[in-house]
Amino acid sequence: MATSSSGYSRMFFKLRKYANKSQHLYHIDSFNLVIRTIWTSGSKTQLQTKVHTKSLPQMVGVVGLEVHAQIQSTSKLFSGSHVRFLAPPNSLVSHFDASLPGTLPVLNRRCVEAAVLTGLALNCTINRKSLFDRKHYFYADMPAGYQITQQRVPIAVNGILVYSYFEGHRRNQVVTKSVKIKQIQLEQDSGKSLHDDEQSQTLIDLNRAGVGLMELVMEPEMCCGEEAAAAVRELQLILQALGTCQANMAEGQLRVDANVSVHRPGEPLGVRTEVKNINSVRHLAKAIDYEIQRQMEVLQSAGKVLNETRGFDSKSGNTIPMRDKEGLQDYRFMPEPNLPPLFVYESEASLPAGVDPAQVVLIDRLSAQLPELPSVKRTRLVEKYGMLQEHSFTLVNEDGLMDYFENVVQTAKAEPRKVIGWVIKELMGNLNSQNLKVSQSPISPCALAELINLVEAGHISSSTAKQVFQEMWKAPEKTVGQIVKEQDLWMINDKEELQQICKRIVDSHPEEVQIIRGGNTKVLNKLMGKVQRETKGRTDPVQVRAILEKMVS
Amino acid sequence: MSASSTALRPAAAMLGLSIREVSRALRDGRVSATELCRKCINQIQRTRYLNAFITITEETAMEQAQRADNRLRTGKPLGPLDGIPFSVKDNFCTENIETTCASSMLKGYVPPFNATVVQKLLDQGAVLVGKTNLDEFAMGAGSTDGVFGPVHNPWSYTSLYREQCTGDPDSDWAITGGSSGGSAAAVASLSSFLALGSDTGGSTRNPGSLCGVVALKPTYGLLSRHGLIPLVNSMDVPGIMTRSVHDAATVLRILQGRDERDSTTVEAPSTPPSLPEHFDIRDICVGIPKEYHAPGLSKDILSQWSRVAAMFEQAGARVQEVSLPHTQHSIVCYHVLCCCEVASNMARFDGLEYGHRSKVDSSTDAMYATTRHEGFNNVVRRRILSGNYFLLKSNYERYFVKAQQVRRLIAEDFKNVFRSGIDVVLTPTTLNDAARYSDFIQEDNRTRSAQEDVFTQPVNMAGLPAVTVPTALSHRGLPIGLQLIGQTLQDWKLLTVAHWMEQNVNFPTIHLHGESNESELNRSVRERTHTIGS
Repeated sequence: MATSSSGYSRMFFKLRKYANKSQHLYHIDSFNLVIRTIWTSGSKTQLQTKVHTKSLPQMVGVVGLEVHAQIQSTSKLFSGSHVRFLAPPNSLVSHFDASLPGTLPVLNRRCVEAAVLTGLALNCTINRKSLFDRKHYFYADMPAGYQITQQRVPIAVNGILVYSYFEGHRRNQVVTKSVKIKQIQLEQDSGKSLHDDEQSQTLIDLNRAGVGLMELVMEPEMCCGEEAAAAVRELQLILQALGTCQANMAEGQLRVDANVSVHRPGEPLGVRTEVKNINSVRHLAKAIDYEIQRQMEVLQSAGKVLNETRGFDSKSGNTIPMRDKEGLQDYRFMPEPNLPPLFVYESEASLPAGVDPAQVVLIDRLSAQLPELPSVKRTRLVEKYGMLQEHSFTLVNEDGLMDYFENVVQTAKAEPRKVIGWVIKELMGNLNSQNLKVSQSPISPCALAELINLVEAGHISSSTAKQVFQEMWKAPEKTVGQIVKEQDLWMINDKEELQQICKRIVDSHPEEVQIIRGGNTKVLNKLMGKVQRETKGRTDPVQVRAILEKMVS
Repeated sequence: MSASSTALRPAAAMLGLSIREVSRALRDGRVSATELCRKCINQIQRTRYLNAFITITEETAMEQAQRADNRLRTGKPLGPLDGIPFSVKDNFCTENIETTCASSMLKGYVPPFNATVVQKLLDQGAVLVGKTNLDEFAMGAGSTDGVFGPVHNPWSYTSLYREQCTGDPDSDWAITGGSSGGSAAAVASLSSFLALGSDTGGSTRNPGSLCGVVALKPTYGLLSRHGLIPLVNSMDVPGIMTRSVHDAATVLRILQGRDERDSTTVEAPSTPPSLPEHFDIRDICVGIPKEYHAPGLSKDILSQWSRVAAMFEQAGARVQEVSLPHTQHSIVCYHVLCCCEVASNMARFDGLEYGHRSKVDSSTDAMYATTRHEGFNNVVRRRILSGNYFLLKSNYERYFVKAQQVRRLIAEDFKNVFRSGIDVVLTPTTLNDAARYSDFIQEDNRTRSAQEDVFTQPVNMAGLPAVTVPTALSHRGLPIGLQLIGQTLQDWKLLTVAHWMEQNVNFPTIHLHGESNESELNRSVRERTHTIGS
């Protein structure tokens, strides 16, 4: 559980106070229940037993998410301007994007298709007719003074997102949950404001203004940061598989706001806060858990949770009230008069007369385009290769890793279970430490397969192989064979030679031999280690053990 | 700007022609496009006192005319509008030409693109001579509330009007109606053969009627609004002002049709090359809505309404009383919807990207507030305030939603009438002939808009086509028009009936005071006698 240290110290103080109180008065203050909740979510304590006397359920967090996913599209939602990250400021701005008077929105079909695809992947009902609305507020990077969105009838509703995470000591028990998707609505992104505090001026970049967004609203059905993070992670994978959003949080292609409240199960939901400024999945979990703890504390000290917007400060791990105009804001919603209702059709057969199939969005055409979704991929991996579920998650989580794995499996003469170790431990370990993507790996799936095959054939030991792997990483231009030869790493398979090496070790360690002979066979391992060191790992441990055992017996 | 002292001697023979006639003259080489353009520019200059124009685009106009001449000389004109001078209300965007909406907010604003309707006219070789005056952001019914001052009605400078009014022409003159008053005045004063207006609640038909020109509000969606700076998006339509119905039809044919830049446009129904010359009015059923006998309807207009209804009947058309029961709620409903859209549409004027920006820079919010205060007049600001009030979450159901429901009822009224077999509905366009400016400004803009749009406004609610046809002169010597309302996308049929009506009402040509065209003067007098006697 992520809680800031300052939060904990405050809690300690309160705990002591209330514990004393209850002892003296023999009267259990209702705060105790709050205390217990907080305490159990932290670590175990004797205090727990005290409050068991009361049977009110403990408080829990309630989390709903609003996700803004930037649609991956070459042009904006209502104009022909290009969409590109890191273009020179104001270089991708059409007359409409700058809200020149007299310009009108023209809906980009690609964005609609992206939303429908996403809706289908999330098991949503696609509304055959949806509407656009204007949401008004003055902000310098929103030039029209309103945002075009879908407040009344969004393009997709009533979906479901299934996600999983791991529990248990070794974090290998899969917990699968689902959260309802209330709706997916199409809307415009805003531009960006750059505040120059020194010269007290604001610079506006409208490149992002009018880029298509899908706003996904998830029902408040999650209870903690971990669940929310897992849901968002799964959503990222789905969007990336669909190609409807690149879903990189750090680049702002996916923005997640969390609505957080706490209550006792069975009671109405508490007052919620909205937490913004979260730029990674890890921070999302942290921010939510912090906010749940904070709200519990507020209630515990007889305070009131305010309906406010709070920003997450990644340095302190805290949420901080934002200068909040939004809570009080009346958006004065109004139907967008310049866009007719958006119609989506089931199939070509259901088109009204005179409508060109090439100009409309057809659900059956898009359904046929749906790629293999992450959950299906994982099931397939488990079934086909007999791998552990958590390994299937790792493979699917990393872009390109599953393909890499399957390529290795195809050429390697080893069991998939062995391949998975190489891919997850060695390959990912190296990639992560150097911050590389799978596609940037210096070792190709083929080369890795070759290496694994050498191990399987008994030409090199598995510990040597790890060494070779690192060499291959450094010198991708060399073949596996070259490296092994150059460094003289072939396995010592000559019985005579092995015998001699073992003999040398046994002779030079008479004390250990004595101990072993006295019954403590564990010390044999020490001798084996010596042999390994002597041969730089070029021996088969099974063989060495057999020889040593014979010599000392 | 004394008018009476300036003798007005336009080459009326040429400028007074219809588009059809002058187009023939251009093709026949009886006049060149450059000559024609020069004459129009001169006429604009001569009638500066009307204050009809905000910008005169003399230089580019002469270049365009020159190019038209090159085509005409080689016998390859682009179409019936090649070389024809036109003007455009200053709320249509014109590339590289200032577009102000008669507001301080957009003074000096030069759009980087042409409105689709402007582009279509330019593509046909028509020559843009200037941008015309209006009420600020087209909010008004008098063309009296723009930052460049009121537009004067050309008919209040005819001998007929001047002879009977006692006042000094500098103070006793009539308004044009609005908000497209500049465009109406430009066409009426023979400065242009054609002008574009915009029509949201009657803004094209009202001044068209008061200035004695044909003014067509097409079916909503038939003409592109791309580049028209909006008032009420769901009701705005570019309007066409000409001196004959035939000309309006010619222009409609060119401007209509789907525009990919305006998603609310529709494909135009197939249209024959021109209106039929002979047309059997006996096939037509004309509806006379009883609710339009509104309080305040002037005697002159009532009598013209009766006269024309009788004319239809005598010619064999079926004339029938019809009912549009919800019309009475149209104005209040319009007020709500208009303010809401105005509040929304005007939100973009924050001084950041374009337009006026206040010098106050203590904070962004302060800059917004002062920019908008300085940039908009009272009328605009009041509508923004009301609109934002109506759109508040707590008010939305009570105002906006109610107004939309009533709007549907109004549209339904018209549908029922047309379903019963009516082809066109005949109504007055305005309650009165043009008011004297000094009388008109006794009431505020809101009151005037509510009064003046009563006959025109329901049509916008329903998105129907309507045209006002100049019918006669009032006893004050000012024009009276009657309105014909048609069914959705039946603009052509509407114009066909309007054409018949035009041929039978015999409306006089304008004759500005000091001109020497005797025959036209006589016609005016005859018409006047007829009016008073009826």
